[in-house]
Amino acid sequence: MGFLGKGLFKGVSFRFTSLTACLFLIFFASTLILPISHNASLSLKPAFATESPAPAGEHAAPVLSKAEGKPEEGKKEGEGKFTYQPAPKIKVEDYPIVKGFNSRIAVWIVAQLHLFFGAFVLAVPIFVLVIEGVGLATKDERYDHMAHEFIKVSMTAFSITASLGGLLSLMLVSFYPDFFKYMAGIFGKTMIIYALLFFGESFCLYVYYYGWDRMNEGFSKWLHLTMGLMLNVFGMTLMVLSNTWVSFMMAPSGIDDAGVFTGDIWAAIRGPLWNPINLHRFIANIAFGGSIVGAYAAFKFLSAKTDEEKAHYDWMGYTANFIAIFGFLPLPFAGYWLMKEVYGYSQQMGITAMGGAFAWLFIIQAVLIGSLFLGANYYLWCGMGRIKGSERYTPAIKYLIVVIVGCFLVWFTPHTLIMTSKEVTQVGGTHHPVLGFLGVMSAKNTAVNILIVSTFLSFMLYRRSNKIATASWTSTGNALQVALFAGGAINIVTLGVYGYFIPANIRIGLSIPQVMTTLTIIIVSSVLDGFMYKGAKSTGPIEWGKMGQRSQYALFLLAVSFTWLMGLMGYVRSALRQHWHVYTVFRDNSLDAYTPTLGYAAGIITIAVYIFIALVIFAFWIANFSAKKHAEASH
Amino acid sequence: MKVFIRIIIFSVVLSLCYWGFSNYGIPQVIPEAPPVEEKISGSMTMDQYIALGGKIFNGKGTCTLCHNPVGGRAPLLVESGKDGAPIGARAADRIKDPRYKGKAKTAEEYIYESEVDPSAFVVAGFGKPGTNDTVSPMPATNKGSIGLSEAEIGAVIAYLQKSAGVQVTVKLPTGAAPAAAAPAAAEPQSAKTAEEAFGKHGCTTCHTIPGIAEGGDVGPNFKGLSSRAGSRVKGLSPKEYIMQSIVSPDAYTVKGFEPGTMPADLGEKMTVKELDMIIKYLMEKTG
Repeated sequence: MGFLGKGLFKGVSFRFTSLTACLFLIFFASTLILPISHNASLSLKPAFATESPAPAGEHAAPVLSKAEGKPEEGKKEGEGKFTYQPAPKIKVEDYPIVKGFNSRIAVWIVAQLHLFFGAFVLAVPIFVLVIEGVGLATKDERYDHMAHEFIKVSMTAFSITASLGGLLSLMLVSFYPDFFKYMAGIFGKTMIIYALLFFGESFCLYVYYYGWDRMNEGFSKWLHLTMGLMLNVFGMTLMVLSNTWVSFMMAPSGIDDAGVFTGDIWAAIRGPLWNPINLHRFIANIAFGGSIVGAYAAFKFLSAKTDEEKAHYDWMGYTANFIAIFGFLPLPFAGYWLMKEVYGYSQQMGITAMGGAFAWLFIIQAVLIGSLFLGANYYLWCGMGRIKGSERYTPAIKYLIVVIVGCFLVWFTPHTLIMTSKEVTQVGGTHHPVLGFLGVMSAKNTAVNILIVSTFLSFMLYRRSNKIATASWTSTGNALQVALFAGGAINIVTLGVYGYFIPANIRIGLSIPQVMTTLTIIIVSSVLDGFMYKGAKSTGPIEWGKMGQRSQYALFLLAVSFTWLMGLMGYVRSALRQHWHVYTVFRDNSLDAYTPTLGYAAGIITIAVYIFIALVIFAFWIANFSAKKHAEASH
Repeated sequence: MKVFIRIIIFSVVLSLCYWGFSNYGIPQVIPEAPPVEEKISGSMTMDQYIALGGKIFNGKGTCTLCHNPVGGRAPLLVESGKDGAPIGARAADRIKDPRYKGKAKTAEEYIYESEVDPSAFVVAGFGKPGTNDTVSPMPATNKGSIGLSEAEIGAVIAYLQKSAGVQVTVKLPTGAAPAAAAPAAAEPQSAKTAEEAFGKHGCTTCHTIPGIAEGGDVGPNFKGLSSRAGSRVKGLSPKEYIMQSIVSPDAYTVKGFEPGTMPADLGEKMTVKELDMIIKYLMEKTG
C-alpha cells in the first residue's frame, strides 16, 4: 500500500479527502440518529426536543413510534411492530430561524452545489473506466494517460461533494427539522446504507486513483479495472438510493389514503418517478461531466506553451466534447419519459409544469439547449478545419446552420403571450396569428428531433472528414443513408403536423414514434458507416492542436450552459411540489412556501453557478498543482 | 493569467446573459399564493356561497388547469362546447348513459361523485391512455394536493349549477343564512396601490403609516420601521420581519403592545401582490 502515500501533494490530497469523508460520515450518522431517537433533544427549538410522541396530525409528531411502554397514538394494543403516523401539520413558527440565513435560499444553493459536484464525480469514473478499457484493448497508452488525468481532475471534487453533502444535512436538520425527521423516519435505513456505500465508494476511488501507476501491468491492470467498475457500482447505487428520497418527495408511494406511511420501505422506494429520474440523472451526469472536463481541457489548451501540450489537450477536449454530446443527445428522450410519468402520476402536476406557472421556464430551457446545440456543432465544425479532406463536407455546414437555428427558433417560440389588453387587440388574441402555431408541443417535439438528427449529421461528417470509403457498395450505402435521413426527417415532420389534428392526450403519444425515428436514423446510419468505412483510405492525419482559440470558448459555453441548465431543471423538478415538502402529504407552511418568479429563481441559480465555477477552478488548480509537482519530481 | 481572466469574464458574462433573459426576456408571472381552506361562516348567503364556488373553481380547486377551452384535456364545465351544455345542465343525462356505473341518482350527486371519484364515469375520449376510458386522469378533489372540504365541494357544485342556469340544489352549509339575503360576494381583487391595500385591510385603523393621513395608535407607529425592522428578530432581514409581522403577527410582539390584537388571518386574506406592495411601501417610506 506504499503507493497510497507516494508524493507529497498526493498525500495531502488523500488526507484531505479522508478527513472530509470521515467528517461527512460522522455528521451524517449523527443526523440520522438524532431524529429517530425519541428522547433526543436539540437546542434548536423546543419542538425538536420531543419527550413523548405528540398526537397524530400535530406539530412534530414523530413518524415512527415504538411499541414500548403505554400505547401510543395511531398504534393498536398488542402489536409488536412499529407503526407510523401521518405527516405532521406544522406552522410557520415551527420553522427555526438561524441568524443571517434565509432557510430556503441556503438549502437551495447548497443542495444545488452538492448535485453539481455529485453529478460530476459520478460521471467522470464512468467514462474514465471506458477510456481505460479502450486503452487496454487498443494498447494505446494515450488513452490510459487521458483517463488518469480525467480522474485526477475529479479527486478534489469528490472531497467537495462530501463536504457539501454534510453541509446539506446540517442545514436540513437546522432549518427543516420536522421535515428531516419525517424523511428519516421512513428512509432512515436507506440513509445508513447510503453512508456505508459512501465508504465503499471512497475506498474504491482511492485504490483506483492512487494505484493507477502501480496496477498498470498484466493481472494487476485487470484488478485495477475491476476496482474502477466497483467504484462505478458504488457510485451508481448511491445515486439511485438518494433518488428515492427525491422521487418520494415529488410522488410519494407506500402511503395510504390518509397519507400515512404503510411501513413498506420498498413501496416507498419504487415510486412512479424513481426510474425516470434515475435514467435522466444518469445520462445528464455523463453529459455534464463531459462538459466540465472539456472546460478543463480547453483551459489547458489555451494556456499550453508547447505544440505537444496543445495537441494533447485538443484531443482531450475533443474526447470530452464527444462524451458531452453522447450524453446530451438521448437526454430529451429521458426527459420525455420523466414528464410522461409526471403526467401519469398527476396530470395536475404535469400541467403546472408545462402549461401553468412554469411554462415560461421551458422557454429559458429552450434558449439554453439551443446554445448547447449551437456550441457543440460549432466546435465540431471548427474541428473539421484541422482535418485534411474535410473541405468536401464544409459546404454542408451552412445548410446545417439554417436547420439548427430554425429548429432553435421553433423551440424558443412561446405559445401564449402575456400582453396588455391593447396588445391583445393589436395581435388579435393571446397567440401570434402565425408564430403561435409553433408554440405547441407538436412543433417543439419536431424541432428537437430534427436538432438531434442534424447534430448527429455534423458528427458523421466530422468523422468522415479524413476518410475515403473503399467498400464496393459505397454509392449504395451513401444513397441508403441519404434516404434514411430524408425519410426520417419527413416522418418526424409529418407526425408533428398530424399532432395538430388530434386531441392533446393522444398527441403526447406521438413523441414516441418521433423519438424512435430519430434513434433509428442514428443507429442504422452508424452501423452503415461502420461497415462502409472499415479499412477506409485516409486523406491525412488529424492535426491535433491546430485548432482556433474561439473553438475552445465553445467548450466553456457548453460547461457554463450545462451547469446553468442543470440548476434550472433542478429548480423546476423541486418547485413542482409547490407548497409541499412531500407532495400531497406533508405541507410546507414556512414563510417561503410560495413559488417565486422565474427571475428570482434565475438569480439564485446564477449565484449557485458562480460558486460552482469558483470551486471547480479550485479543484482544477489543485489537480494542476499536483501534476506540476509530479512532473518536477519525475524530471 | 490573461487566459484565466478571459475565461472568467466569458463565463460570468454568459451566466449573466441567461440571468438577464430570465428576468427581462420573459414575463415575470407571480404564481398563486399557497391555497388555504376557505372560511365558510354560518351567516353565508347562497349568492356568497356560489361566488365562493367560483373562486375555488378558478383557484384552489385548480379545475381550470384542464377544464378550459384551450388545452382540450377535459370536458368544458361552465361553457357549452362539443360536449354539450354546461355540466350543471347535462349532469342528469350522464346518469342515463349506458356506460354509467356510478351510484348517483341526481345531477347534484353526479357532480359530487365526479369530484370525489372521477373514474366512476369517464367521458369518452378523456380517459387515461390505454384504459379505454375506464380510468380518469383527474385527481379526487377531496384528497391529495387539492384537498377540498365537503363545504367547498358543495360551493363548486352550486357554482356549476348556477353557471348552467339551472336550479341550485345544493344546501347551504349548516347554520348559513337564507338564500339571497345579501348581495353576492365579489371575487377578491388585488388593491392597485399599497395605500389602497392599507385601507382595504384596515391597517390604518391601528397603525400610523408615513404618507397616509389617518392612523391609529393601537399598534406600533411605522415611522422609522425600515431602519429598526432588521434588529427586531435575530436572523430576520427587515423585509422578512415585516412579512412575518403581517402573516404571523404573534410570532413577535413589540414591547408595550398586547399580543393577539392584530388579526392573524391577514396572510390568508391578502393577495401576494398586496403583500408585496405593502412590504415595498413600508421598506421605502418608513425610513
